[in-house]
Amino acid sequence: MSIIDSAKQTAQGLVMGALQKLVPLAPDSWIPGGVPDPLIARKHGLIGTPVSRLDGPLKVSGGAAFSAEYRFENMAYAALAYATIARGRVTAIDSAAAEAAPGVVLVMTHRNAPRMKTPAMFGTSGSAVGPDTVPILQDDKVHWNGQPIACVLAETQEQADHAASLLRFTYAELPAVTALAAAKAKGVEQGLFMGQPLRNEIGDAEAALAAAPHKVDRRYTTPRHNHNPIEPHAATLAWIDGVLVIHDASQMVAQQAQTMAEVFGLKADKVRLTSPYVGGGFGSKGLWEHQVIAAAAAKLAGRPVRIALSREGVYRVVGGRTLTEQRVAIGAAADGRFTALIHTGLSVMTPHNAMPEPFILGTRSAYAVPNIALNVDVARMQTLANTFMRAPGEAVGTFALESAIDELAGELNIDPVELRIRNEPDKDPTSGLPFSSRHIVTAWRQGAERFGWRDRPETATRREGEWRIGMGCATGTYPYYRMPGAKARLTLTRDGDAVRASVEVAAAEMGMGTGTTTAIVAAERLGLPLDRVEVGYGDSAIPGAIMAGGSQQTAAIGAAVIAAHNALTAKLLKLAGNDSPLAGLSAKEVGSDSGGLASLDDPAQRESYASILKRAGRDSIEVTEAGSPPLEFMHWSMHSHSALFCEVGVNDVTGEVRVRRFLGSFDCGRILNPRTAASQFRGGIVMGLGMALMEETQFDERSGRIMNPSLAEYHVPVHLDVPEIDVIWTDIPDPHTPMGAHGIGEIGITGVAAAVANAVHNATGRRIRDLPITLDKLL
Amino acid sequence: MTPFDYARAGDVADALRMGAIEGTAFLGGGTNLVDLMRETVARPARLIDVSGLSDRIEETPDGGLRIGAGVRNTALAEHAAVRSRYPVLARAILAGASAQIRNMATVGGNLLQRTRCTYFYDTDGSRCNKRVVGSGCDARGGFNRIHAVLGASDACVATHPSDMCVALAALDAVVQVEGPAGARAIAFDAFHRLPGDRPDLDTILAPGELIVAVELPANPLAAHSTYRKVRDRASYAFALISVAAALSIEEGRIADVRIAFGGVAHKPWRAVKAEAALKGQVPDDALFRAAAAAEFADAQPLRDNGFKPLLAQRTLAAVLGELTTGAAA
Repeated sequence: MSIIDSAKQTAQGLVMGALQKLVPLAPDSWIPGGVPDPLIARKHGLIGTPVSRLDGPLKVSGGAAFSAEYRFENMAYAALAYATIARGRVTAIDSAAAEAAPGVVLVMTHRNAPRMKTPAMFGTSGSAVGPDTVPILQDDKVHWNGQPIACVLAETQEQADHAASLLRFTYAELPAVTALAAAKAKGVEQGLFMGQPLRNEIGDAEAALAAAPHKVDRRYTTPRHNHNPIEPHAATLAWIDGVLVIHDASQMVAQQAQTMAEVFGLKADKVRLTSPYVGGGFGSKGLWEHQVIAAAAAKLAGRPVRIALSREGVYRVVGGRTLTEQRVAIGAAADGRFTALIHTGLSVMTPHNAMPEPFILGTRSAYAVPNIALNVDVARMQTLANTFMRAPGEAVGTFALESAIDELAGELNIDPVELRIRNEPDKDPTSGLPFSSRHIVTAWRQGAERFGWRDRPETATRREGEWRIGMGCATGTYPYYRMPGAKARLTLTRDGDAVRASVEVAAAEMGMGTGTTTAIVAAERLGLPLDRVEVGYGDSAIPGAIMAGGSQQTAAIGAAVIAAHNALTAKLLKLAGNDSPLAGLSAKEVGSDSGGLASLDDPAQRESYASILKRAGRDSIEVTEAGSPPLEFMHWSMHSHSALFCEVGVNDVTGEVRVRRFLGSFDCGRILNPRTAASQFRGGIVMGLGMALMEETQFDERSGRIMNPSLAEYHVPVHLDVPEIDVIWTDIPDPHTPMGAHGIGEIGITGVAAAVANAVHNATGRRIRDLPITLDKLL
Repeated sequence: MTPFDYARAGDVADALRMGAIEGTAFLGGGTNLVDLMRETVARPARLIDVSGLSDRIEETPDGGLRIGAGVRNTALAEHAAVRSRYPVLARAILAGASAQIRNMATVGGNLLQRTRCTYFYDTDGSRCNKRVVGSGCDARGGFNRIHAVLGASDACVATHPSDMCVALAALDAVVQVEGPAGARAIAFDAFHRLPGDRPDLDTILAPGELIVAVELPANPLAAHSTYRKVRDRASYAFALISVAAALSIEEGRIADVRIAFGGVAHKPWRAVKAEAALKGQVPDDALFRAAAAAEFADAQPLRDNGFKPLLAQRTLAAVLGELTTGAAA
């Protein structure tokens, strides 16, 4: 390179640098031929800089009030009593002792509960988030073992708990399907997810499998899992002047408020639900019976109520992940190219909900294969309604698929990383759509290099003392979603010669850092320092409805902030008028930078937000806008990806499995905040290790009762079970999403169980196809 | 939780006087009893706190140790004499629970831990003969992965959950008790019961009797001892199988040996058959396995715990192999 060339590049760099400081308006929709979000091109701003959670100091100092820490004057405490049969009727209730117990305010059962509508079940409308179709304390029917059948209010929690333990119920039992074999014998039906059949058929997969020179055809099973967020579900609520005020722990704030309004026949604005802090959700922090019962009891007693479920209560009232039985069959040519892929099986739900575990979702877009057969059948059992649990579908589906690929790699004697890369599709194999952004091969190469995959031992050959050592890998995947309904309210308020910005979104913060990331993105768009931006969320009074679900919240917020920013810019230019240096410029011709707007052509032509407001005699300016309809996934197949590497030790004497190290190499578009993103990835992997090695709900098939509703007996990983977890990412922006980002909340758990199982096989030669991989299966 | 009265005992006599009233329970660290009260499995009308009565660890005239019942688990595990002369005990304690629980839990309370059988805990929804005698046992046909394979009865298949007690069983500890009828010393192996038709009774303690100390006899063997616990996660899980063992070798043969198993029975299981099979023999892996096989010859596995005899055999062989190697060195 000559000196002149070098100088030219430097000069160009300076020009580009000046331009890059300005952030033009972003597109408000992502269509073929459209332009990407300009924030993608911004390399040295806040995005991509590690930022600690803005609410961290408040949380660690105890200043953040969680739902069960709110207090109302004259508040009563609730305790629930749970049914002990799986199906039948409550024929008698002896509540005399409970009513006479110290401090008791009332005992509420179906006999005296206020009349209420059954919450509309999740998915039946845009705002419906009810758990199932079961009326809540409206009749004598029992639908599952553990269903709440009475509520005690008392002056203290201890008094309420004690009184609830004194209630005695008599039942007339009805036959119940509580055994899997019995449920299957009654027949299965086609599984539906969001109204669509969980079924795909392309070509003739069975014939292609039969003709394939190499194949595997295996059965994998995964057990029920229960939700165990560190904060048990709780709500503190009061009826104040006809308004139901609820401090809840929620990941669907606006929708829950709307559904609660319908339950009590109120106008939507007569329910105010706040949830600024949530101690973990993972899909479970939605509307369950406890909030409805507490609101009804508060109405009946005429007093505010706090309901905080015990850990056992969470197991009785809040559904978990249901079990699956999966078949994966793959046919391949000698060079490893897949010719047939079959992923079918069974999931279980209840007569009163509609949520099969959709374990084929990830398989739809995974590998290039001409013949595909995917299907989920459903059987029904009398249990608590199962629900979403981190990566519903992909979490357990990838265990089966990615284990089978490892088995096939062994058959073919091809390295499992290479086998996956060899079957990388150039378009979505089931939808035929192009991928918006898929750099999984990059993730595999980078991950393999960093982990030292080339040192993987031959199966069952490496030992260290009593320990057999092995390495395994697997692919993780989770779709990019963006749900409609998001709005953002942007307010700029003059503060001397500067401004403060407020961004309000009806979003939920469950601890993952949504508030922080929203502040980063808004600050970047507005050209303001982070400490000038305040984010409001977790309040149903904020316009719009955003759900912390489907790993889509950040995209939904991002699109709404884009729309609001565009509207704000237009409004500011109008306000600036003809006396402004910006006079004559349209919104498309300006960018935000350094607390004001500037011409994209001549950044020196600028005016600060404060100056515009001051000259117009305004203290503040406010806009509320909705994000554009999410049409991008009509044009592209959009997914996050991961390449996972695991090293385990398996004790040759006892069968104990210890994960020694783990690496996740992620391809999730642009990473907005590396600090919180790394925690999301690691947290997902830790949860995946639990799924791989220990998590299992003990559901007694005789009674339909969960027998380990306790963190002592339901095992999740403790610190000693979690090794060093390395996470890296490609950081390649998706040009077809807000900020170039993908969701990162759920991908972490996917593929992990397979990576562990594959490592166990590499260590021992033993293939475990039934989760969790407990030591007795390896003896 | 059922309401209860609470009082603190100033000395043993005080405790015995207050403990003589029906419905009274003695409270140590509360790490198990308070849980059981929260679950309404235990409903004492009053608690007499005895945790402050003795936190001393003293040398006995015959060269052993006397451990006050109020000694915290952590203090015992960290005690220099325990670590050097009874390493199996220190290791067993540290294998149990969590640091926080060990800081609270007392030696006396540890002996009185109750089973972790989930049907025992489920007061509303399950039958349990240990909780309500004669009500039936839902564990026998239900989830019984952690349950007994030795010494169980039709009435009860529960296991004793303590790690510390397994070590004490191997060490021939003596439980010092005071009660309305006076003081007595109970050999450790006789302290806990097999369930028979009274699984509600975990120990032979009479009503009102209070554990005041545990004595460890002097035994040179004990310095060459260890504990190994096998469980479903690396920490904070009860034993599927645990082994406490001590061994000495003279002239190439096993001169003396002590073995106890945890996680296999209603009580810490002193393996007298295995010990008899080992004594005087030339140690090798086949002998260790044969000894374990002798101990588990009468094992009666349930639906979920059929792996336990094999796991116990392998674990014992590994532990004895390690002790033998060390003893020969």
